Amino acid sequence: MDNTTATQTPAGLPRIGSPAPQFEAPTTHGVLKLEDFKGSWLILFSHPADFTPVCTTEFIGFSEIHPKLREMNVELLGLSIDSVYSHIAWARNIEEKFGKKITFPIIADLNKDVAALYGMIMPGESKTETSRAVFVIDDKQIIRAIIYYPLSTGRNMDEILRLIQALQTADKHGVATPANWRPGDKVIVPPPRTQEMAEERMREKGIERADWYFSKKDLR
Amino acid sequence: MACVNADGTITETARSLLKILESPLSAEEIAARLALPLFRVRSSLREMAEAGLILSQGDDFVISGEGRKKI
Repeated sequence: MDNTTATQTPAGLPRIGSPAPQFEAPTTHGVLKLEDFKGSWLILFSHPADFTPVCTTEFIGFSEIHPKLREMNVELLGLSIDSVYSHIAWARNIEEKFGKKITFPIIADLNKDVAALYGMIMPGESKTETSRAVFVIDDKQIIRAIIYYPLSTGRNMDEILRLIQALQTADKHGVATPANWRPGDKVIVPPPRTQEMAEERMREKGIERADWYFSKKDLR
Repeated sequence: MACVNADGTITETARSLLKILESPLSAEEIAARLALPLFRVRSSLREMAEAGLILSQGDDFVISGEGRKKI
């Protein structure tokens, strides 16, 4: 009988809750190691190619949320299978044509090492371009969230910001966040894990309780 | 290299960094003083250590004799 359990994960691609695979790569800010970002949260994201329109709109978007991310101790690190020179030229072009300065580093992954390590290439879609992947890595370098978008669809910067806000809120207060949560909204109180806790939850004051397993509260 | 050019000259950021390393500082202290992202300070320190411009003392860094010639 096969005793394999769901707790075993196939070797290979990064998973939520696992340490982020370490790498060293050339970037527009020099050679960077993932460990250089320890202590900060990091959004490692890939784009298909420099000098393409959807990616340009995304870079404008990332540059617009970068100051807000910095306030939240979050850094950005881009990646595509292009050279450092291409990245520099494209960043300069975005500043010249759209007035947005790209202030975060971009990995020049010409040999596809980091793309392969993180599973950023979707061969069914393109063998030569990275898809629109987003890896949210926390300050201890654990992967906390993964998002993939196809080549044709630009990412939603608002959702990326919301995701980080939700993760940091969950960490800070030991809560979860409901669908469509925004900062300031009520959060989910983790469900009781024992019968005694369930009974205590039913008597708890100051929470919005639908049933023993479903309660919300304000963060103050 | 990001802060040390192929001809041995250094960038403005590297010069600023060397100038505050007369007394030993950690990467975190340097980042705070120069208002630079920590990742950028760490990678610059690595490059400058490889180029012999700074010396490490435990978790701290201090300018070397070679480093003083650059500022």
